[in-house]
Amino acid sequence: MELTTLWFILIAVLWAGYFLLEGFDFGVGILLPAIGRDEADRRALIGTIGPVWDGNEVWLLVAGGATFAAFPEWYATLFSGFYLPLFLILLALIVRGVAFEYRHRSDVPSRWDHAIFWGSLVPAFLWGVAFANILRGVPLDANHEYTGNLLTLLNPYALLGGVVTLALFTMHGAVFLALKTGGELRERAIRVTKIVGPVTLVVGGLFLVITQLMTGTTATWAGVVIAAAGLAGAIAATLRGRDGWAFTANAVAIVVITFTLFGSLFPDVMPALDPANSLTVENAASTPYTLTVMTWVAAIFTPIVLAYQGWTYWVFRKRLTRQEVPAGY
Amino acid sequence: MDVLDLSRWQFGITTVYHFIFVPLTLGLSIIVAGLQTAWYRTGKAKYLRLTKFWGKLFLINFAMGVVTGIVQEFQFGMNWSEYSRFVGDIFGAPLAMEGLIAFFLESTFLGLWIFGWDKLPKKVHLATIWAAAIGTNISAYFILAANSWMQHPVGYKINEATGRAELTDIWAVLTNDTTLVTFPHVMFGAFVTAGAFLLGVSAWFLWRRREVDLFRTSTKLALVITLVASVGVMLSGHWQAQLMTEQQPMKMAAAEALWEDENGAGFSLFAIGDVENGRNVFNIEIPYGLSLLATNSLDGGVEGINDIQARYELLYGPGDYRPSIGLAYWTFRLMIGFGGLAALLALAGLWLTRRNRLPENPWFYRLAIAGIFLPFLANTMGWIFTEMGRQPWTVFGLMTTASAVSPNANVTEVALSLVGFTVVYAVLAIIEVRLLIKSIRQGPEPEGGESGATPQAGTTPALSF
Ligand code: HDD
Ligand code: HEM
Ligand code: HEM
Repeated sequence: MELTTLWFILIAVLWAGYFLLEGFDFGVGILLPAIGRDEADRRALIGTIGPVWDGNEVWLLVAGGATFAAFPEWYATLFSGFYLPLFLILLALIVRGVAFEYRHRSDVPSRWDHAIFWGSLVPAFLWGVAFANILRGVPLDANHEYTGNLLTLLNPYALLGGVVTLALFTMHGAVFLALKTGGELRERAIRVTKIVGPVTLVVGGLFLVITQLMTGTTATWAGVVIAAAGLAGAIAATLRGRDGWAFTANAVAIVVITFTLFGSLFPDVMPALDPANSLTVENAASTPYTLTVMTWVAAIFTPIVLAYQGWTYWVFRKRLTRQEVPAGY
Repeated sequence: MDVLDLSRWQFGITTVYHFIFVPLTLGLSIIVAGLQTAWYRTGKAKYLRLTKFWGKLFLINFAMGVVTGIVQEFQFGMNWSEYSRFVGDIFGAPLAMEGLIAFFLESTFLGLWIFGWDKLPKKVHLATIWAAAIGTNISAYFILAANSWMQHPVGYKINEATGRAELTDIWAVLTNDTTLVTFPHVMFGAFVTAGAFLLGVSAWFLWRRREVDLFRTSTKLALVITLVASVGVMLSGHWQAQLMTEQQPMKMAAAEALWEDENGAGFSLFAIGDVENGRNVFNIEIPYGLSLLATNSLDGGVEGINDIQARYELLYGPGDYRPSIGLAYWTFRLMIGFGGLAALLALAGLWLTRRNRLPENPWFYRLAIAGIFLPFLANTMGWIFTEMGRQPWTVFGLMTTASAVSPNANVTEVALSLVGFTVVYAVLAIIEVRLLIKSIRQGPEPEGGESGATPQAGTTPALSF
């Protein structure tokens, strides 16, 4: 396989990992006011992600760093072009991260809950807007500079993409909470899943079908089918009280959706409205030497990272309830 | 102001701000791991209480380091897209390695440490804080390798067809001699910072005679760390200065307001320059001092600003290759000055606490508390000197800052983000300081009462398929 293709796949994996993991962090944050009725509830809810959210966020940092190293032109065009949405995402991640660490030391913890809610909702929505725009194609000039403005990014298709990721991550948070909590909290999470699930299925299906009509191939159509099956499976398993299966099915849906989107892009990384100016895995890539070095680094360290992150989830596998708030600072 | 100025202000503000938290994290993570090791080895409750107390302050600081770091990761693309295109082949690699090798390690194991007190065997739990501390320090190495490449590019060639820099030797980049002197300097600076922080907070307790036993231990540790690290910072700074004279002579000349090439140049203590005419109006100096610092010999030759400017015009074409000389001159002196004061404070403290005494004079305590700020100021001055002294270059000799900026960014966007980041950062700074003060006031947990350690009596099964 060409190294450029390999790195395209690796970056898709990093984003899939990011959406899979931080997806439920976002969901928990979004559902905090809905499921957490009082302080004890909310401490338990945040406790489910307390030990892991920072490690989950590093998937984003590595996706960013890997894009910089492997496809510098992509990194440069994407983040300078999508300046304001990225700025909002960064602000949201800042207040949210600080809120997780500071809320329980505060005299008025509930004040921080707004930061957690908005800090989760804004990126959950904007990542969808950003990815939909990448798929749809944006105005780029011959130097690969983005020539549109903020309004260019706020088209109906992209906004639908934002609604999809928002719904998807909320759903993911709900099935995660059903798996990780007990008692009333779990009941409420299940109730939320029953509402959010079908909504996600509808908007997600609509979005994916529109995307397929634009760029579809047989492989990506298969992705759409699996994603839909995953979502439907998550809803069905929730109805039967099978939390583990529900979470697994939803996780599969998220990963497959991410791969489907990347699959629809390939071999472009950022299609331009004028195809002559598109950024592709070829013209955006680093030299073969850099890619080789980075391939070695990734081959050695990725398995190690997966092993210890997996172990962390194992250590914190217990369900939490109102009565059992996690220890820690 | 144009996009370039705004972007420079934004980068300067967000990075200096990030580096307020970074040195304390670097130093404190190792100190906390050391204290927990002492507890593990001796079983003395005192060390556990110290681990928890300093650990809590460490975490409050760490959170700010993390969230401000996220911004750094994306700013190169947002505001410096031309730069990213030009150097991505080289510069992206250490950044990606930092994430994969260091950030994952640090964040994952810190989560385990925070929430793992009663879930992990003691030994494993101890290992988690060491893994986090090591991850943090590895991250410093990679980012400094990236930064050193901008100061002194190595292991690359310029592709004539694309005009871009391409990596030819990753090993050369990771073992750049600039990195090898910068890393120890930054690390020692971090330990001066952590030492002075420990000292100032401990002084507050000793002054009030609260928890004397615990904070006597902390004070001793703090004094030794601060003093040893101060010596380290001076030695490594000396090596850095020598390398810099070779690699970026203009920066050294600016730092010394040395206008003409000179053999046996003096170290300037206080100068008033006349940049327009390229001379000093007034200058007090230590004879031969600069030649000694820069070349290890009394009559070594040091290049001067006017001469380098003339040489660079021949080399790089017409232009002004002088950084802001006043800024370079004063930040260099202030770095050394603030650091020197911290070292003196540690020396005085060691004398006053000899044979287990507690200083009587409240002035010592007051000074120790004020001393917390000294290394922070020294660090900030050091970075401003390093980065502004490199101007007009972003990548020395290869790319100027003016050509590095994103061509498609507009003033409104950048002004908005500059104001947005600055305001949010200012608010967070207030919150963070308040929280630190509150946590310090609360003091260490009483013996046996581990904070938040609600027993984990859960019997609910974990995963139910
Ligand atoms: C000499 C040390 C040093 C320097 C010069 C920088 N950083 Fe930093 N950074 C750290 C040392 C560090 C650290 C000590 O490892 C931090 C601080 C607190 C923390 O959590 O890790 C960190 C955190 C941190 C994070 C968050 C990691 C996480 O979520 O765990 C990111 C993304 C960056 N940094 C990125 C950068 C970039 C792109 C920089 C260059 C402009 C930069 N840092 C300068
Ligand atoms: C954390 C410590 C650091 C601090 C405090 C710092 C501070 C600064 C300052 C004050 C400037 C000058 C701004 C100006 O000239 O207007 C600057 C420029 C710059 N620095 Fe750093 N820096 C740090 C680390 C780094 C690192 C590690 C990198 C790269 C990995 C980096 C990349 C740059 C770039 C690209 C510029 C050029 C943009 C500009 O001139 O504003 N810096 N930095
Ligand atoms: C005798 C004392 C010192 C000397 C001779 C010295 C020397 C230097 C030199 C030459 C540089 C610039 C390197 C370059 O641009 O290539 C530098 C940078 C720096 N210094 Fe110092 N320094 C001293 C004390 C300190 C102290 C006390 C601190 C902090 C506690 C400190 C923190 C820094 C930092 C953070 C930088 C920027 C990063 C770097 O380039 O290493 N320095 N120092």
